[in-house]
Amino acid sequence: MGSSSSGMKDVPDAQELVQETGFSAAHLLRLHERFEFLDRDGTGELRPEDFDAIRELAMNPIGDRIIRAFFSAGKETLDFPSFVRILAHFRPADKNRDRAQQEPANSRTRKLRFAFQLYDQDGDGKISRAELLQVLRLMLEMQVTEEQLQCIAERAIQEADLDQDDAISFDEFKKSLEKVDIDHKMSIRFLK
Amino acid sequence: MRDFSSETMATTWRFALFLCMVLVVSTGPSLGYEEPQPFPMSAGQTDTSNSESGTDTGHETSTEGEGGHDKPNITTLPIVTWKWGHVSAPYLVALWILVCWLCKLIIEANHHVTTYIPESALLICCGFILGGMVWGADMAQTFKLQPTVFFYFLLPQIILDAGYSMPNKLFFTNLGAILIHAIIGTCWNAASLGLSLWGCQIGGAMGDLDIGLLQYLLFGSLIAAVDPVAVLAVFEQVHVNEVLFIWVFGESLLNDGVTVVLFNVFDAFVSLGGPAINAAEIVKGIVSFFVVAFGGSLVGLAFGILISLLTRCTKKVQIIEPGFIFVLGYLSYLTGEMLSLSAILAITFCGVSCQKYINANMDEDSVKTVKYAMKVFANGSETMIFVFLGISAIDKTIWVWNTGFILLTLFFILVYRFIGVFFLTWILNQTRLAPVELIDQVIMSYGGLRGAVAYGLAVLLDENKIKEKNLMVGTTLIVVYFTVILQGITMKPLVTWLKVKRAEQSELTLLEKVQNKAFNHILVAIEDISGQIGHNYFRDKWSNFEERWMSRFLLKPSVRKNQDQIFNVFQQLNLKDAISYVTEGERRGSLEFIRNEHAFVDFKKKFGDDFSEVMPYIMANMPDNYGTMPADMRRDPVPTVSLEMHEQTMKGTRENEDIDAHHLLEQHLYKSRKQHRHRYSRSHFDVNQDENEVQEIFQRTMRNRLESFKSAKMGVAPPKTITKHKKEQQQKMPNGKSSDKAKSYHSGDEDFEFSEGDSASGYDPHYGSAPTRVTYRPGAGIENPVFMPDIDPAAPTQIPPWLVEAELDSNTVAPSQRAQVRLPWTPSNLRRLAPLRISANSTDSFVMADVPTTEQRDDDQLPPPPPSPPNRDDSHL
Repeated sequence: MGSSSSGMKDVPDAQELVQETGFSAAHLLRLHERFEFLDRDGTGELRPEDFDAIRELAMNPIGDRIIRAFFSAGKETLDFPSFVRILAHFRPADKNRDRAQQEPANSRTRKLRFAFQLYDQDGDGKISRAELLQVLRLMLEMQVTEEQLQCIAERAIQEADLDQDDAISFDEFKKSLEKVDIDHKMSIRFLK
Repeated sequence: MRDFSSETMATTWRFALFLCMVLVVSTGPSLGYEEPQPFPMSAGQTDTSNSESGTDTGHETSTEGEGGHDKPNITTLPIVTWKWGHVSAPYLVALWILVCWLCKLIIEANHHVTTYIPESALLICCGFILGGMVWGADMAQTFKLQPTVFFYFLLPQIILDAGYSMPNKLFFTNLGAILIHAIIGTCWNAASLGLSLWGCQIGGAMGDLDIGLLQYLLFGSLIAAVDPVAVLAVFEQVHVNEVLFIWVFGESLLNDGVTVVLFNVFDAFVSLGGPAINAAEIVKGIVSFFVVAFGGSLVGLAFGILISLLTRCTKKVQIIEPGFIFVLGYLSYLTGEMLSLSAILAITFCGVSCQKYINANMDEDSVKTVKYAMKVFANGSETMIFVFLGISAIDKTIWVWNTGFILLTLFFILVYRFIGVFFLTWILNQTRLAPVELIDQVIMSYGGLRGAVAYGLAVLLDENKIKEKNLMVGTTLIVVYFTVILQGITMKPLVTWLKVKRAEQSELTLLEKVQNKAFNHILVAIEDISGQIGHNYFRDKWSNFEERWMSRFLLKPSVRKNQDQIFNVFQQLNLKDAISYVTEGERRGSLEFIRNEHAFVDFKKKFGDDFSEVMPYIMANMPDNYGTMPADMRRDPVPTVSLEMHEQTMKGTRENEDIDAHHLLEQHLYKSRKQHRHRYSRSHFDVNQDENEVQEIFQRTMRNRLESFKSAKMGVAPPKTITKHKKEQQQKMPNGKSSDKAKSYHSGDEDFEFSEGDSASGYDPHYGSAPTRVTYRPGAGIENPVFMPDIDPAAPTQIPPWLVEAELDSNTVAPSQRAQVRLPWTPSNLRRLAPLRISANSTDSFVMADVPTTEQRDDDQLPPPPPSPPNRDDSHL
């Protein structure tokens, strides 16, 4: 596992990251190990190809999209702080949230935003029918005929689409998932 | 006032019912026990379902020994004989089942009571009353809940149902917590109670009792388990949130298995006797505990797989398909018992493991049957269990009172339950994403109801080994009553008072489902990326495995592809839509509007703000020309508006319409000479698709047609066959009413803009052809609109052409004068307003049959009603 002995000092911007993301130092250390493990060439930056090394991810139907979500638009590399910031979306909600002035990454809205952008490939703030269809096709592939897929997409849009523009905006997306326990569904436990 | 009288009526009725029941009950036992019992021992055992055990031989021999009725010296051929002895055992079983269910019926009829007091408590009270009657009649409790009956006949059904209807995903995600509570919690309850009672006895709190430590532990183990029957009965009525529910439910289900295992281990220890127990024995006990529990679960899994495999190939014997589930489920229970493994766990896991596969493999009807029958059995035996728990109490012989023992038991049970739950939940909360809240823990502790399992085990105690058996049985009963009745009653107020998070009834939405699936994928991916191995990792692995192997072997190939959840939801939603279509159609009397293929009907959509400008206009229009409006709206394929509008405006008049429609239907419906052909078959259901019946209708209507055609030729009411649409509108213009309508006919029109987005393009061309296509026959066009609906809703799109034709001449069954004036308001009439697609370019008056009424109706409303066809009265059926 490469640099298993790395201490806190190896982690860049450790203090700020702890502040910003709410990860504990131990978490960060662990994530840093993982980061270095993924970063084969040791450049300190990840490229999309590095993610391909994760075998399980290749089996994930929307794995590609999730990988893309780690890279901000136009960029081909990912440094450690950005890596951690993305992962911070998936921390369970804090009990005492008041300490953060701006909205922390693990808030409900931010979590949903992350999910939303997986659909919204062109970044226009709306999930169009075609975009939804793409994701559906990925997730349902081969089990359902194309025609049924069309119907499902149609129907899903109809359900959520409040302003009749044939697309789902983020607000509509949020509203349609109002009843879902996002905290639960979009959080994982990070081992210390 | 009316409410009051109906209320009293209901009460009288209930009272009468109750009297009947009392009669039945009081005759039952007295009949049963008039005969001298040759085996006094078995008298106490005769019980509802005990026919299979030694008792009925007792009866048989008794009657035969008596030789009362059948055999001896017949002097003449008896026409009828009284053979109670032959049927007494099964008869009593059936009778008691009936009585118990009647109790439930009475209780459920008093709805205002069951909202405060849980049904289980009321059933127990019913049991007290019934037991009192039996006692009064026999001066001994001749009917008691026997452990054999309970464990072999009543319990399996309930557990199978619980396992089968277990929410699998929820169960397995919480399996860890459930297991910890079920195993450690139960052991803790048993041990702490046994030890504390023992301590108290040494301390002298309970007087002189001949109970040793081991016996206390045995008692502790039998009373440790929370009872699924009691818990479900209470928690079903209080809708707590799903995590809490699955914890309580899962725990109660699994710890039954655990408690039985514990009981057996301690029972063996008691038999061995204190001195013989050394470390080796204790280790053996622990080992056997795990072997029994996991062995039982494995047996269950094996049977589950067996059932799933079996249902792959039961298509040919569909009618008994559901039976396999029950038989194999029961066999899993018995097999578990036979191998001295935990039978309860076996049947639980059998139900849990097979549910997914059998539901997919079996025909939909069979699935429904299984579900339903499962509920019938489970609910039925649950009822009986509670009633008999009550009945069993009315028995002097079991009551050995020891205030200290009883009160201390109650106290310890409650306290240790709280301690155990809090402690275990605290441990679990350390690792949980969403910790279980304090309030939920309180409810979970408080929901530790004891039930029939404890009682059944207590009765199983061996009197020779345990001197104070009766004390234990009595105490168990008191604990059961205390928890089921008192805690059951207070549970609901407590849940409300503590503001426990309730379960949300969420409506099924497709996007949610899609998103849930996406969430799962996201989480797995994130765990992969961040190098964590968590829940999601395992779940993903399992579902892959499941898909690749389990599904392949256990599912029919044909259904495998329908397994996807999103697709399922999609289907369900479609089904729901279809149902609402039908409901909507029924309300209007026809499904005609579906045939308009441009109609893009959306029942669910609420109005966006965008519609608000259109709405007031429509609303304003509605009241004055209500009669025409719906017509136009149906014709305009923008039902997003029209359907909703309908709902709002038609509500008031709907009832009247319905009454009218029913009246009309009753009076004038064509009644075909039905040929009832009960084709009885044990192996399939048949929908009557008898050709002959259809033929008959066809012939009759043809005859009528011919007749009316003749009369038409005679020139009685010459039908003006085709008129232009324009003309007709002009005719109506002067009356002022239809002007609006005429405008709105032309979709491109200025002041009635329905068209929103995509739907606009859909119908424009349609309208181009509209003016040329309408047939209008002023006089003879009085088709009877009520004729069609009886065929219509059933097969809206499949009406054979000749039936449509027949409709044309249905003036043979035309309504009376009075009814005719009211015609426009019948829902069936409304349906004619939507144009048939085929009629667009056709001038065939037969097919057009239903169009004229559209216009007709307006005429009807006008002061001079249309001249009625003269032949109406002669041909009136």
